[in-house]
Amino acid sequence: MPFEGIGASVRRKEDVRFLSGHGNYTDDINRPGQVHAFIKRADRPHAAINGIDTAAAAKAPGVVAVFTGADMAADNVGGLPCGWQIHNKDGSPMAEPPHPVLAIGKVRHVGDPVAVVIAETRQAAKDAAELITIDYTDLPSAATLKDAVAPNAPRVHDEVAGNVCYDWHIGDKAMVDAAFAKATKVVKLDLTNNRLIPNAMEPRAAIGEWDTSSGDYTLYTTSQNPHVIRLLMGAFVLHIPENKLRVVAPDVGGGFGSKIYHYAEEAIVTWASAKVRRPIKWTAERNESFMSDAHGRDHVSTAEMALDTDGNFLALRISTLANMGAYLSTFAPCIPTYLYATLLAGVYKTPLIYCEVKAVFTNTVPVDAYRGAGRPEATFLVERLVDVIAHDTGKDRIAVRRQNFIPADAFPYQTPVALQYDSGNYQATLDAALKAADYAGFEARRTAAKARGKLRGIGVSTYIEACGIAPSAVVGSLGARAGLYECANIRVHPTGSVTVFTGSHSHGQGHETTFAQLVSAQLGVPIEQVEVVHGDTGKIPFGMGTYGSRSLAVGGSAMVKAMDKVIAKGKKIAAHLMEASVDDIEFADGKFTVAGTDKSKALAEISLAAYVPHNYPIEELEPGLEETAFYDPKNFTFPAGCHVCEVEVDMDTGVPEVVSFVAVDDVGRVINPMIVEGQVQGGVAQGVGQALLENAVYDAQGQLLSGSFMDYTMPRADNVPNIKVATEVTLCTHNPLGVKGCGEVGAIGSPPAVIGAIVDALRDYGVRHINMPATPGKLWSIIQSGRPAMAAE
Amino acid sequence: MPQVSLTVNGTQHTIEVENRTLLVEALRETLGLTGTHVGCDTSQCGACVVHLDGVSVKSCTMLAVQVDGARVTTIEGLAAADGTLHPMQEMFREHHALQCGFCTPGMVMSAVDLVQSHPEGLSEHQIRDGLEGNLCRCTGYHNIVKAIAAAWPLMHGKTQAAAE
Repeated sequence: MPFEGIGASVRRKEDVRFLSGHGNYTDDINRPGQVHAFIKRADRPHAAINGIDTAAAAKAPGVVAVFTGADMAADNVGGLPCGWQIHNKDGSPMAEPPHPVLAIGKVRHVGDPVAVVIAETRQAAKDAAELITIDYTDLPSAATLKDAVAPNAPRVHDEVAGNVCYDWHIGDKAMVDAAFAKATKVVKLDLTNNRLIPNAMEPRAAIGEWDTSSGDYTLYTTSQNPHVIRLLMGAFVLHIPENKLRVVAPDVGGGFGSKIYHYAEEAIVTWASAKVRRPIKWTAERNESFMSDAHGRDHVSTAEMALDTDGNFLALRISTLANMGAYLSTFAPCIPTYLYATLLAGVYKTPLIYCEVKAVFTNTVPVDAYRGAGRPEATFLVERLVDVIAHDTGKDRIAVRRQNFIPADAFPYQTPVALQYDSGNYQATLDAALKAADYAGFEARRTAAKARGKLRGIGVSTYIEACGIAPSAVVGSLGARAGLYECANIRVHPTGSVTVFTGSHSHGQGHETTFAQLVSAQLGVPIEQVEVVHGDTGKIPFGMGTYGSRSLAVGGSAMVKAMDKVIAKGKKIAAHLMEASVDDIEFADGKFTVAGTDKSKALAEISLAAYVPHNYPIEELEPGLEETAFYDPKNFTFPAGCHVCEVEVDMDTGVPEVVSFVAVDDVGRVINPMIVEGQVQGGVAQGVGQALLENAVYDAQGQLLSGSFMDYTMPRADNVPNIKVATEVTLCTHNPLGVKGCGEVGAIGSPPAVIGAIVDALRDYGVRHINMPATPGKLWSIIQSGRPAMAAE
Repeated sequence: MPQVSLTVNGTQHTIEVENRTLLVEALRETLGLTGTHVGCDTSQCGACVVHLDGVSVKSCTMLAVQVDGARVTTIEGLAAADGTLHPMQEMFREHHALQCGFCTPGMVMSAVDLVQSHPEGLSEHQIRDGLEGNLCRCTGYHNIVKAIAAAWPLMHGKTQAAAE
């Protein structure tokens, strides 16, 4: 397969429209006759609704309609569905309580939607919402994981005992326990993975429109996967068949997972647009994003490693509590199970692993995938544990890693937690990262920093993740209620330009460029003549969307398959035109050639013949040159790598600063290095944010305290260092491009490197682990209370 | 409703607004200039930055009635009439300083003012400091900083990158 031209840092095709203010985001769209929705949300974490008085709101100026959960229930609107079913240890299915679109009977988290006001302007709707009176009886709430699992804890859902959604496990407990019984040394670590709020810069928005003529619905929405929204909302919530529902996700301003899910507001505007017979727009204010976008992470875990005398990892035992929030978001149950526990082998040959996960309901915003989704939690746990093993056993943390790495010649490698890694070379990424970071010269920098009143530390993380989600049959057997293939349609136009219709969705990833590079390379068409179309169920045959770094590995592979079909058909046309045998036709650089001759036809000549079939094998071949392919991956892909972080902590204030960051990632074949580098840098910034700055904070009752950019610490330009990125390549062995995915590596690999550096900086203060975020206050307290061995100097 | 007269991207407009209408709402909803974005409700994110009489402001932090008689430049007005990009836009493209594009208009408008107001040169530290009021969730800022450093000599007609 010809892939010349791949590997070039082609400047992005999409940039000019974004740079000149001509992007087309959902809130930029205005439909004729459009009215506006404002959602009245719960201002308290847990309460019974005794009554909702909407009379005054309904009479307010400009108001078109006011609806509550009762109106939707009367119309037989279903609840928001969950796309993944996990089974308990005993084989019984997880608890799956209803998730009404608008609250019915109770509110369960601050931000829970209770009513919607539809009015001529956004301001009129918002003003009227103030006039809605909700008669609540406050209920005791379970605000944290610890509260929710306490004996006699308040129940988030009356029917869910102990607030346990599921109690799941993986691995052979008996064998793991036996290995622990025989171990020379056991190292134990308690750790939390802090709750994060995704905060894509574009707030969610949705416009519902019902066509009075056709009866068709259109939903414009800020989604990473419009076809999935069509499926979920159409089939489970509003009972609209696919042929009557079009979902458009135009330019989307970042997702990071938070725009995968089917949200209440999408169903509200779509349903209500038929009620009021006008298009309805809803756009979240940022405070609504904080209390209605699915949050991420929020694990509390205990990890133990059994070691032999030589320091070999014998067995890993983990117990995790995972917060689901008040309701199950679309993919929530699979995050702390199949995207987390299956990655607990890390890059190590630990022969035995057992993990149990209890997923718990709390009176908080639902928790689902956020950049990395489960894999950052696994990586943080494993990598922190490895550092602590080195600390507790007095060994070098690099040596501990090297000793226990899966060797480069051991692939394919079957882990004890279900996954089979296809390729990798962990020594190579480690070596390259240590060299790029001048790890060997670090102690001199530590000493120099000390003279400036700074505690300098260095941290290393050697991570792995699973991408390219995923073989449908495999995920189906694990509880997914969908297939996870991707679809591509390649349309070669009569004059030889190409339109690619992809089920992947670009919301910052640069697909319009990377995918055009793929097509340009394989079909030999100039990149300017390739148009990539995504995000519209009315144009694209089907799609599962973009998340889990799957677009190139799965979506790109579907394009390769579709182009293979185009070329195969083109060869038949070329054979006819050049009076040769199909077997003698070769295709390269955009030309069909009769082997061993100088006879050739350009792709454009073939496509013209296909659409103007005057001289054409019409008996055997249909006209046209357009092919569709679905690609269902054979396995996950396994990007891996090494991140090295250096920090300085101010001895007087405890303020940490990341002074250097090196990422060496193996993401398989690189199509556009510039885009890969940007993806890694962005991911690292989010990882630095998690490690040092970001934390979703609820008070004891469940009120969200970090509910705005004034309270939730987003990484700013002066919080993030320059991020040096390099790649090492081992090819994925099971997809046609050899690609693995690069969207999440930054956010997965970086947090343990940052925390490792912080702990290293404070090594004289008696700490072996610090939970995230490592805030100045936390570090200052450690510095103040610790009596370093060298303090007397 | 109050009337406001203002010049936006060289075109004179007289519009009716509510007293409470924000400048960004007037730009987006009344004038249809949707390149200026709203990313928050606390004047933290900077997606709405425009130039008011040549100086960058967060258009979510001003009432439309406050700009009566003023000259506003939005992202739509930054490139030349023939579509030739401003050097800052060019450098953002060249250095891959945008991903989803949502923060980009505000980021570019802030960056232009930052460079214009520092004819003596801009260090990396100054650039990062100057971007305090603009949030980007995609890029990690690395390439934005590079783009601004690269735009400085182009905008000031110098050949050497000031940030080095």
